[in-house]
Amino acid sequence: MNRQRVIWLAIGLIVIAVLAVRVALGDMDNPFGSARNFGVWLAAFLTLAILSFLYKDNPCYRFAEHLFVGVSAAYWMVMGFWSTLVPNLFGKLAPKLASQWFLSGLATQRANPVYLVPLVFGVLLLMRLSPKGGHLSRWALAFILGTTAGLRLIAFLTADFMVQTQSTLVSVAGLGQGSFNFERLFWDLVMVVAVLAALCYFYFSKAHTGAFGRFSRLGVWVLMVTFGAGFGYTVMGRIALLVGRIEELLGLWLRVI
Amino acid sequence: MNRFIATVEKLDRLDRRWVFLVVGLAVVLATLFGLRFPEIPTPLVAAVFDKIESLPAGSRVLLPFDYDPGTEPELQPMADAFVRHCIEKGHRLYFIALWPLGQNMIESVVNGVISVEYPHLEYGRDYVDLGYKAGNEGVIAVILTDLKKLFTTDARGSAIDEIPMLAGLANIQSFDLILSISAGYPGTKEWVQYAGTPGNIPVAGGCTAVQAPLLYPYHPDQLLGLMGGIKAAAEYEQLLMQKYPQFADPSFLTALARMGPQTVTHLAIIFFIILGNVTFTILRRQRRRQPAGPGDAEPGRGARA
Repeated sequence: MNRQRVIWLAIGLIVIAVLAVRVALGDMDNPFGSARNFGVWLAAFLTLAILSFLYKDNPCYRFAEHLFVGVSAAYWMVMGFWSTLVPNLFGKLAPKLASQWFLSGLATQRANPVYLVPLVFGVLLLMRLSPKGGHLSRWALAFILGTTAGLRLIAFLTADFMVQTQSTLVSVAGLGQGSFNFERLFWDLVMVVAVLAALCYFYFSKAHTGAFGRFSRLGVWVLMVTFGAGFGYTVMGRIALLVGRIEELLGLWLRVI
Repeated sequence: MNRFIATVEKLDRLDRRWVFLVVGLAVVLATLFGLRFPEIPTPLVAAVFDKIESLPAGSRVLLPFDYDPGTEPELQPMADAFVRHCIEKGHRLYFIALWPLGQNMIESVVNGVISVEYPHLEYGRDYVDLGYKAGNEGVIAVILTDLKKLFTTDARGSAIDEIPMLAGLANIQSFDLILSISAGYPGTKEWVQYAGTPGNIPVAGGCTAVQAPLLYPYHPDQLLGLMGGIKAAAEYEQLLMQKYPQFADPSFLTALARMGPQTVTHLAIIFFIILGNVTFTILRRQRRRQPAGPGDAEPGRGARA
């Protein structure tokens, strides 16, 4: 056993001893006192196990990671069954049977044979697992790709391309803003110039030289500011998550706040 | 001078675990001491608050909870504040989730806020939980025109037609406001794209800080207000506290409490960013002064590479 391992073992034993004393004194909940207490202790252990990766990879981290993956997969399967298959398929094809077996609220529906189509597509998708019938899954995949692409294209064109362009144009013209507001106009101009500069940077059919090159350099600055804002927000988001976990550890588990 | 450069070089090679330790200590100490700072509400947060405030009592508010426990520390204070505000104004709440674990988040609000603080509210008349529905933006596209095509029961298994709040509701176009709380895809962006813009329904959003820069372009035409991350939640709590003094109790001010550690940690991170840039600049100047070694393609960069 090397020196580092001995040190960590000693630290671990001291921590366990301190926790045991605190539990004995009633300063912390007994992990075996109730299911809730056990859950709090388990959550604390898993949080610390995941955070231990910041020091270095270790078995506790790997245990927590594998547990998380396994639980997530199982949860997705159960949720998929109860929230998709039962109400959207069984409930549509055989409502009375589905209401007797699964959800009583499904009894009010009428059977709809159209839902045999998604059932068939679902079975075809599972054919990927078959060594000989794998090609049949392409029918279902083609349907998924086609509908998704169509749905997203329309949404993107209306909500993003059209309306976003319209918002930029109206903004710079100062229409519909009531009385003249210099500050508003200034920021609108900043936005429009920034949009054009960023677009110029991604325009590759003309060499980025001369005035065009300088304007596209401005586009790089716009992108850098955007990335900076993104980074700042990301830091805030991650720290917020850490604060949440620390609050749980100090409050629910250690009960020092 | 050599000693100074040696110290700077040591800082340049600083083990990143020291940074983790300092950040961790900053959060722990700020949480232990309960540091708290006042927040000044920004216009985007005030716009969400004002919209809820301006709706007449009994308005229908759709609350999509598209997040999971992974982002709960950031979004739950926001969700709690939204729900409290809507109830105080007498709005009717319709919960829905496009994330599987969003269902648990809804239950958390129902059990932790509504049942405890507003026990007089009746399920099915004042609020309803439509639960999780798989299908991402496809769900939004369908319920924009026909709610009952996809939602045959609520999250508790009751038939939709038996719920008074949903009796005369054909689709989500009759909602007065969509108040999306999201942590990613599908989320606020999809509610704007597939419901707000085509259905001309007012949409406001509360999202994780990471998402916020991607959603700002939708303001103000497609997104009447946006709350990005825990800071926006703290600003909302500040507004709520000013308007409704009963929410001044610390138990209602979770986001404001979390902004103390946030501020201290940001100071630590800013310090490390400045330190890193200063050491980098000093070392780069030092290397440029040194003569280039044989085989150095670009003088001054070889040592670092």
